[in-house]
Amino acid sequence: MSNKSGSILLDLKNKFNTLHWVVASLFIATFYVTFCNLVFAEGSIFHVSSYTVTLFGKYLCYAMLALAVDLVWGYCGILSLGHGAFFALGGYAMGMYLMRQIGDRGVYGNPELPDFMVFLNWDALPWYWAGSDSVAWMVVMVFVAPAILAFVFGMLAFRSRVSGVYLSIMTQAVTYALMLAFFRNEMGFGGNNGLTDFKEIVGFSLQSESTKLGLFIVTAIALAFAFFVCHFIVNSKMGRVVTAIRDAENRVRFVGYKPENYKVWIFVVSAMIAGVAGALYVPQVGIINPGEFSPLNSIEMVIWVAMGGRGSLYGAIIGAIVVSYAKTRFTAIMPEAWLYGLGGLFVLVTLLLPKGIAGMLPQLKSKFDEKFGKTNNVKTSTPVESK
Amino acid sequence: MNNKAGSPLLAQDHISPDTRHGVILYAENVSVSFDGFKALNDLNLYINDGELRCLIGANGAGKTTLMDVITGKTRPDTGRVSFGQQVDLLQLNESEIANAGIGRKFQKPTVFEQLTVFQNLELSLAGDKGIWVSLFHKLNSEQKDRIAEILKTIGLTANETQLAGALSHGQKQWLEIGMLLAAEPRLLLVDEPVAGMTAQETERTAELLTSLAGKHSVVVVEHDMAFVRSIARKVTVLHQGSVLAEGTMSEIQSNPDVIQVYLGEEQG
Repeated sequence: MSNKSGSILLDLKNKFNTLHWVVASLFIATFYVTFCNLVFAEGSIFHVSSYTVTLFGKYLCYAMLALAVDLVWGYCGILSLGHGAFFALGGYAMGMYLMRQIGDRGVYGNPELPDFMVFLNWDALPWYWAGSDSVAWMVVMVFVAPAILAFVFGMLAFRSRVSGVYLSIMTQAVTYALMLAFFRNEMGFGGNNGLTDFKEIVGFSLQSESTKLGLFIVTAIALAFAFFVCHFIVNSKMGRVVTAIRDAENRVRFVGYKPENYKVWIFVVSAMIAGVAGALYVPQVGIINPGEFSPLNSIEMVIWVAMGGRGSLYGAIIGAIVVSYAKTRFTAIMPEAWLYGLGGLFVLVTLLLPKGIAGMLPQLKSKFDEKFGKTNNVKTSTPVESK
Repeated sequence: MNNKAGSPLLAQDHISPDTRHGVILYAENVSVSFDGFKALNDLNLYINDGELRCLIGANGAGKTTLMDVITGKTRPDTGRVSFGQQVDLLQLNESEIANAGIGRKFQKPTVFEQLTVFQNLELSLAGDKGIWVSLFHKLNSEQKDRIAEILKTIGLTANETQLAGALSHGQKQWLEIGMLLAAEPRLLLVDEPVAGMTAQETERTAELLTSLAGKHSVVVVEHDMAFVRSIARKVTVLHQGSVLAEGTMSEIQSNPDVIQVYLGEEQG
C-alpha cells in the first residue's frame, strides 16, 4: 500500500512546482475560510467570523505587497524603502472611486462632491477627480498611477546609476514627501482624514457580510495571479538577467544588456502589483489616509520579505502573513511593545535565519526525510543512498 | 525603450566593423587625465584583425584606462577610437559597444555567482538583449549546441549545472572567457587572465587564448612575463600613458628604453 500511495505522492511531487503549491494552498485556504464562514453558524467552533475574513483579506493584500517588494529587492537587489507609496497610490485610486459611489448619502448630501470638498467650500471637483466615478477608470488608475511614479523615479535614479543605500534613502524620501503632500487639504485628497465613509463598491454594500467575503475571494485570486506573474518573470531569461544585475551589474552591462532599462521595467511591474494590493486593501479596511505613505510602513514591508526569505516568492507571502498575524496578536496584548517585538524579530531572523523562513524549509525537509523518509521510501531508495 | 526603428544605435545587428585594411581597432592620439594626472598621454595603438596582442607596462602605465576607454567606461579628453574603420566607439555606451562585438574580461573574475554555469553562458549569447525578448525567450537547439561547444572549449562541460559561485578561481576565469566567446565578439580584451592561477591553470589558459586568436582578435593585459612570453607574438609596452615600444618579445627585451623603464625593474 505504502508503495502505491508513495509513487502517487512522488508523481505529484515531480509535477508540482512552487507555482502549483502556492496556488493550491491559496485555493484551499480560501475555500476553507469561505466554507466555514458560510456553513457554520456563529458560536460553532468552526465558524470564521466576517471580522476574521476581512482580517485575512488584509493579510493577503500585504502578501501581494511583499511579493512586489521581493521582486525588486530579492531578485534585482533594489532595496526600495518606499513601496508604501505605490500601495497608497493604488489605494487612493480606489478610494476616489469609492468616494464618488457615496453619492448623496454623505453628511452634506451633495450628490457630486465628496464631504471633505463641501467642507472646504469647493464648488466643483478638481480636474484630476474627473472620471473617478467610473470603475474602468479606477482600474486603469490603480495600475497607471503607481506605474508613472515608478517610471519617472526609475528613469531618473537608475539612468544616473544611483544604487545601494543612496537609492534606498531616495525611495524613503519620495514616500515621505508624498505623505506630507497628501496631508495638505489643498491637494484634494481629503487631507489628514483621507478618504473614508465608503458605502458601496460596484453596487454591493461594503457593510454586508457577503461583500466582505467576496472581497476576500477577489484578493486571494489577485494574489494567485500576482504570484503567477512574478513566478513567470523570475523563471524567464528576464529573471536571470535581473538576478545577474543584482550580483554583477557591470558584467551585465559589458555583456551587452542595458541594466537601467531592466531595472526600470521591473520597478514599474512591482509598483503596479503594489498598487493593486493597495486598491484591494482600501475597501476592506474602509479608509485610506496619508499614513499609508509613512516611511515606517515601507520599512515594515522590507521586514516581511527579510523574514520570509529574500529572493523566494512564496517566502515573501509567508513572511507578510506571519509578521502581520504576529502584529495583530501583539498589538492586542501590549500595543506599545510591538515595535520592540518587530525589531527583536528582525534581529533574530537576521542572526539565526539569514535566508528567512523559506530558507529554513528545505533544511526542515531534509531533516524530516532523514527521520521518516527511510521507513517510507525503502523501496525507492537505491542501495547507494542508504549506506 | 523599444524605439528600435528610431534609433540607429539600438539596431545592434547593423553595427559591424569595416576591417578591409586589416585593422580592427584604431586608437589615435588618445589622452585621458584624472585631476591633472595623465593616465593616457597621446596614445596611438592599432590592433590587427585576428592577432593576439599583449599589453604590458608597470602599474599606472594606463593599461586598464585604455581598456576603459575602448569599452566606453571612460571617455577620453581628446583622440579618436574606432572599431574597424568606421564605428566610432566614442559615440556608443558600454552595452552598445559590447553588442558591436567587443568583449571584456575584468581583472577580478566577474561571473553571475547565483546562476549556473550554463545560465551564465545563456545570458551572454549574442542576440537581442531587449526586455520583451528576454521575457519570452526560449533557447533553440542551435544556441544549445553553441553553449555546449563553448563549455567544451573552456573545459567546464562537467560543471554545466553547478552554480558559478561554487567554481574555483581558475574556473571562474575560464567561465568569464567563455561568456565573452558566447557573445561572438570580434575583439576580446582580457585583463590579467592568469592572476592567482596555478601553473597548470596558467598553461591551460595560454592554450585557450592562443586557440582563440585568428577567429578573434585578442588583447591581453598581463603582468606575468613568463605567460606573456609563452603566448605573445607581438607585445606593446605602455609607459606613462603612451606606447613606449612595440614588437616581438625578443625585440622588446633588447629595446634599451624598455629595459630601462620596465624590464629593468623586473630583472633586478
